[in-house]
Amino acid sequence: MQSRLPIIVFALVMAAIPFVPGMPPFWIVLLDNIGLAALVAMGLVLLTGVGGLTSFGQAAFVGFGAYTTAVLSTAYGLSPWLTLPLSLVVSGSLAVLLGLITVRLSGHYLPLGTLAWGLGLFYLFSKLEFLGRNDGISAIPPLSIGTFKMLSPGSIYYAIWVAVILSALLTMNLLDSRTGRAIRALRRGHVAAEAFGVHTPRAKLLVFIHAAVLAGLSGWLYAHLQRAVNPTPFGAQAGIEYLFIAVVGGAGYVWGGVLGAAIVVVLKEVLQSYLPLILPGSGQVETIVFGIMLVALLQLAPGGLWPWLMSFLPERTSGKKPDTSLKLEQRTRSPGQSSILLQVDKARKQFGGVVAVNNVSFDVQAREIVALIGPNGAGKSTTFNLITGVLSASSGSISVLGSKVDRAPPQEIVKLGISRTFQHVKLVPDMTVLENVAIGAHLRGHSGPIASMLRLDRADEAKLLAEAARQIERVGLADQMHQLAGSLSLGQQRIVEIARALCVDPMLLLLDEPAAGLRHMEKQQLATLLRELRDGGMSVLLVEHDMGFVMNLADRIVVLDFGTKIAEGTPATIKTNPEVIKAYLGVAA
Amino acid sequence: MLFLVQDGITNGAIYALLGLALVLVFAVTRVILIPQGEFVTYGALTYASLAAGQMPGTAKLALALGIGAFAFDLFVARKALHGRLILRSILTNIALPAIVLALTAYFAAQKPPVAVSIALSLVIVAMIGLYLYRIAFQPLAHTSVLVLLIASVGVHLALQGLGLLFFGAEGQRGPAVLSGAFTAGALRFTGQSLTVYGITIAFIVGLWLFFGLTLYGKALRATAVNRLGARLVGIRTTLSGQIAFLLASVIGALSGIMIVPITTLYYDSGFLIGLKGFVAAIIGGLVSYPLTAVAALVVGLVEAFSSFYASNYKEVIVFMLLIPVLLLRSLAAPAVEEEKD
Repeated sequence: MQSRLPIIVFALVMAAIPFVPGMPPFWIVLLDNIGLAALVAMGLVLLTGVGGLTSFGQAAFVGFGAYTTAVLSTAYGLSPWLTLPLSLVVSGSLAVLLGLITVRLSGHYLPLGTLAWGLGLFYLFSKLEFLGRNDGISAIPPLSIGTFKMLSPGSIYYAIWVAVILSALLTMNLLDSRTGRAIRALRRGHVAAEAFGVHTPRAKLLVFIHAAVLAGLSGWLYAHLQRAVNPTPFGAQAGIEYLFIAVVGGAGYVWGGVLGAAIVVVLKEVLQSYLPLILPGSGQVETIVFGIMLVALLQLAPGGLWPWLMSFLPERTSGKKPDTSLKLEQRTRSPGQSSILLQVDKARKQFGGVVAVNNVSFDVQAREIVALIGPNGAGKSTTFNLITGVLSASSGSISVLGSKVDRAPPQEIVKLGISRTFQHVKLVPDMTVLENVAIGAHLRGHSGPIASMLRLDRADEAKLLAEAARQIERVGLADQMHQLAGSLSLGQQRIVEIARALCVDPMLLLLDEPAAGLRHMEKQQLATLLRELRDGGMSVLLVEHDMGFVMNLADRIVVLDFGTKIAEGTPATIKTNPEVIKAYLGVAA
Repeated sequence: MLFLVQDGITNGAIYALLGLALVLVFAVTRVILIPQGEFVTYGALTYASLAAGQMPGTAKLALALGIGAFAFDLFVARKALHGRLILRSILTNIALPAIVLALTAYFAAQKPPVAVSIALSLVIVAMIGLYLYRIAFQPLAHTSVLVLLIASVGVHLALQGLGLLFFGAEGQRGPAVLSGAFTAGALRFTGQSLTVYGITIAFIVGLWLFFGLTLYGKALRATAVNRLGARLVGIRTTLSGQIAFLLASVIGALSGIMIVPITTLYYDSGFLIGLKGFVAAIIGGLVSYPLTAVAALVVGLVEAFSSFYASNYKEVIVFMLLIPVLLLRSLAAPAVEEEKD
């Protein structure tokens, strides 16, 4: 993503290949097939490897693209160039339709759902009269520019590889953007992303459509390369094959898709043409060897071949520091509002028969650090989840600045200026600290996916990254900015979460055990930072077990035990409260 | 009408068995067992070949895979080889399939009775399942569901290709396990379909008892819930995986033996049959055995009715049936955070 040079070299090499003297025309056919498979695999990389949505149904979208142009250019005589946008629109809009259903599926239901409609659509292709049933549609016109008709595999070669390289560029641009970060956060679960305003179903639908459009493009090219279509290449087997192309290549990497396509297509071809010479005899020996090689490949490199190859290259120097002089708009704070920022009123949460939070009431004022303490299982994290909209209260109400937010989803809560960290760190380990923190500023950016693909988002993007860099410096992790979040110690990861929460430009910061895993010095630095934030006008509500830390920092303490509030007051009064001592030590002292 | 119901229930019973096996394997090993269909065809065609007095290639495959499994065992234990370990590995991985191969060769020459054919087919396919786990899946046990799935596809391809090599492209039928028939009212019950019902019910009850009451069953369930936790309390997760694959291959082979007298099976028939078991397993949520069994019956019925009324769209209807079910399940399931690796 940093350097364009390798891509330009790659494009030049691909452009030069047909001119190599003595190049067997058959190799060009192979390259055509690789390009077609690579387009679909690239979509799957985004969908499965990056977004975590496994799909077996991509072959069906290739089918939509191919059949759309086949029908329109044969039965209605439309020019193939006119059917291109139509093919993409058909694949894309059917992706919206199927995606609206499919992305709601959770966990393992999702891949299975795609398998189901992949199979169903295959049978539909082979049964529908106007699609030519099992025979398909033939005599599809070739692509042509003026009088030049792309009849040979060599002439359509350029159309295919221009499509591949352009798609790769657009996809990589998309990944390296505000929307891309939201997509990359999907795989780690939706709670963290939603806490910063990402609409996860929308983001999932987006990748779904992107993958489908790429598949549709591949189908359109396929139809005009073969100039005939039939249902076979769009079945479940093909859908599975596309998936393993992506996995073999390296499901998290755009170029992994291209590499995977090259490996699988060439391997199949080599096996088909040479194996019968070595092992004469009946049967599909090549399928057997292919299956065995696939398993062996996975055992050698379970992460795919692209990352495995990349690990041999010298490590790239990490990215440059964003220009921190760029500023994002600040939240407008009207001073006239009530000083009660957050009001929790008789909030109650029941899970079946268990009352996790039992009619708890407390408030947080402006410029105040409130600590929520209590033994394990006291309902502190549940209270956090109620406030941030991850859970909705069984009864009672929660108000922010005087207005009730009872049923608001997390995306709405964060818009009000309440941001949070998590007890169990929820960062994306294979994204850098900078990128992770920038997710916090998601709502403060405005560029959409199309703008990101076309790189029209750079001004917006620079501001977001500048804000992220500023918050990282503020929490003292400037040296780790370009490291992968997963490589940091747990304590540092917690601090990264704080920086991410600060990127929201919050009024109220909710910290769930921020000091756990920190060393003594780091705890002191954290306490200093939180005091600074308070003095700067922010309020903090924190859950913490380190009593020394809490007692020195908090202005006010709320004590929960078994879901019920047992005490509230200044650190000094809490320290001597008999109820609190009983809850912690088991006996009244 | 009634014969459609009957047909649906017979097919549904088979799908139920396969669905159970898929649920079992997925729960324990996280492998979505696409080669389940091959276990079906291998079982069926081995049985049919034996009954026809032919030597099935699967017996040789079992020995070859056993040798492979032995090599994997040796390689993994290369730093701490000791005699007992090698001996045990030789016994289970080489001696056993070699003996079975010899028996198969002996019996195949003289058209064995049905019971012997069944027993041999079951043992052969069971060994294939066991060694497959050792060779293909055990080294990948720590990877993601996706990687396991792709490996599963690889195994499916290899086995299907081998199936063509062993059994040829022609379909085969086997002799009925239980011949004879009787009529009750408008319905005619064949001994074969009664066998299907009986064995399915026996298996469901058996699995239920196995998982509910036995220590191994509980260990398997524990592995399914949490691999690490299971290992910490001393459950050997590889053993759980082996048991799961063993059961799945036996169930697959048995299903195949039960249907091959009713329908002609080809080397590649298993895939679609397995997929329908899969549909049932998914409707059961990949966790619930009774629900899977019920769902399988529904799939069988839907298939029977749609093949009668809209035979062209039979497969479309069966697979599209899934979507609303999946949607319902997703909406009904509580929104839990999925921590993926």
